[in-house]
Amino acid sequence: MMSDETVSAMALTDLPSKQGFFKPHRIVLMLVAAVLVFCVVWFMRWEWVPRYSTRLASGIGVTLLMLASTATIGFVLAVPIGLVQVTGPWPLKLLARGFCTVIRGTPLLLQLWLLYYGLGSLFPQFPEIRNSFLWPYLREAWPYGVAALTISFAAYEGEVMRGAFAGVPAGELEAARAYGMSRFTMFRRIWLPRAVHRALPTLNGETVLQLKSTPLVATITVVDVYAVISKVRQETYITYEPLLLLALIYLCLTAILVVAFRYLENRIPTRGA
Amino acid sequence: MADAGSMINWSLLALEPPGWGGVLLGGLWNSIQIAVGGYGLGLLLGTGGAMGKLYGGPVTRDLLEVYTTLVRAVPELVLILILYYAGTDVLNQISAVLGWGAVDISGLAAGIFVIGVVQGAYSTEVLRGAIKAVPAGQIEAARAYGMSPTQIMRRITLPAMLPHAIPGLSNLWLIATKDTALLAVVGFSELTLVTRQAAGSTKAYLLFFCAAGVLYLMVTLVSNVLLGFIERRYRRGMAEPA
Repeated sequence: MMSDETVSAMALTDLPSKQGFFKPHRIVLMLVAAVLVFCVVWFMRWEWVPRYSTRLASGIGVTLLMLASTATIGFVLAVPIGLVQVTGPWPLKLLARGFCTVIRGTPLLLQLWLLYYGLGSLFPQFPEIRNSFLWPYLREAWPYGVAALTISFAAYEGEVMRGAFAGVPAGELEAARAYGMSRFTMFRRIWLPRAVHRALPTLNGETVLQLKSTPLVATITVVDVYAVISKVRQETYITYEPLLLLALIYLCLTAILVVAFRYLENRIPTRGA
Repeated sequence: MADAGSMINWSLLALEPPGWGGVLLGGLWNSIQIAVGGYGLGLLLGTGGAMGKLYGGPVTRDLLEVYTTLVRAVPELVLILILYYAGTDVLNQISAVLGWGAVDISGLAAGIFVIGVVQGAYSTEVLRGAIKAVPAGQIEAARAYGMSPTQIMRRITLPAMLPHAIPGLSNLWLIATKDTALLAVVGFSELTLVTRQAAGSTKAYLLFFCAAGVLYLMVTLVSNVLLGFIERRYRRGMAEPA
C-alpha cells in the first residue's frame, strides 16, 4: 500500500523553481555554503580523484546501466502484474498479489544475497546448468544483481500500475468498446497509455528509489560507482572525502533523472491540468 | 542427486547452539530494536521538521529543505556509511576535548541514530503534507476562539492531520524495518548479517536466507494487521478513500 505521497516523501521528485529563488537570506546562506564548499575543497584531500577518474566514470556507467536495464525490464514485468490484479482470473490475481507482498515485505539486500549466495551455491550442483550456454554468465555476479533489482522494481511498480489501471475512468474504456475496438486494441490505444500517464509522477519517484537501491549490488562484487569508492577508501585510507564525492555523484544523477521525467511529463498534453 | 526433502537439513534451524535458530531470532530482536528506535527518533525529527517547514522562519525552512533534499536524493547505504563514521568520529572528538578519552559507541545506538536521521527526512515530508491537508478554516476557527498556537496544535492540527498522516507513516514503519538490513554493511549484527554468517559457516545458503525472509515477512504482515487496525480507528467518521 505504498501511497504516492510516501514515494514522493522518500524520493526527490521536484527541483526548486527559478522564480523567487533569490531572496536576501538565500544569498547569505549561499555565501555560507560557498565558504563551506571552499573549505571542503581546500582543506580536505582530493589528490586521489584524477588517479581514479577513469574507474569512477566506468563505475557511474555500470550504475546507470543497472538502473536503465532493471527499470526497463521491471516496468515491462510490472504491466502484466498490475493488469492481472485488476482484471485477471483469481489464480493469477492471487499469484500477483502474493508476489508483490513477499517482495515488498522483505529487504532488497536479503533478496540479493538469497539469489547470489543461495542460487549461486545451488546452480553448480546441476550438471545440466553447468553445461548450458548460460553458465559463463551465471558465474558472474551481475546477472544476480540485475535479477534482484528487476524483481524488486517489478513488485513495487506492479502495485503502482494496479492503481493506475484501476483509476482509468470506466467511461473511456466503454467508449473504446463502443467504437468496436478489440480488447487488445483497447488496451494498446486507451488503457495502457492512460494508465502510464497517470502513473508517471509515481514512476519518477520509484525510479529515483531504484537508483538509490543500485549501490546494494556492490555487496555482491559488481563494480558500480559505490564499489569504486569503497576501493578508493581501502587503498588510500581516506574516510570522508570519497563518501562526500559519492553523495555528490548520486545527487547529480537524481537531479538528472528528475529533470528527464519532468520533460517526459510535460511532453504529454493534458487538458485542464 | 538427492531429492529435495533430504537436501534440507532442518536441524540447522534449531534454537539450541548446534542449530542457528536462536542466533537468527537474536538478530531479529536487534533489527526490531533499531527499527523501533529509529522510527521513534524519525518521528520526533519529522514533527519538528514539519513544524519548521510550515511555520518556521525563512532560514529554518531553507535549511530543512536542504536536509530533506539531501536525504531523499542520496542512497540510504551511502548516508548510513557517512553518518556512521562521521557520527562516531564527532562523538569521539567531543569526548576527547572533554577529556573522557575514546568512547565506545554501541552499534545499537549508532544504528538508531542513522536510521532515525534518514527516517526524519521522510516523515518531515509525510507530516508536512498531512498538516497541509487540514482545512485552513478549522485552524482559523480555533484562532478565532482565542486558542494559543500550542493549544491549536494539540486540539486541532494534530488530531485532524492524523488520518492523513497514518497511511504514509505506516509505510515509513515498514521501510524502517527493511532499512535495518542495510546496517549489515557497516557490520552491525542484525538479522541479515547474522543470516549471512550462519549461511556462510553451514553452506546452507538457501535455507537460511529463506528463513530470514520468512521472519521479515512475518514482521511486515503482523505490522500490516496492527497498522490497519490503527488506521481504521483514526479514520472513524471519515469518507472511505476512493
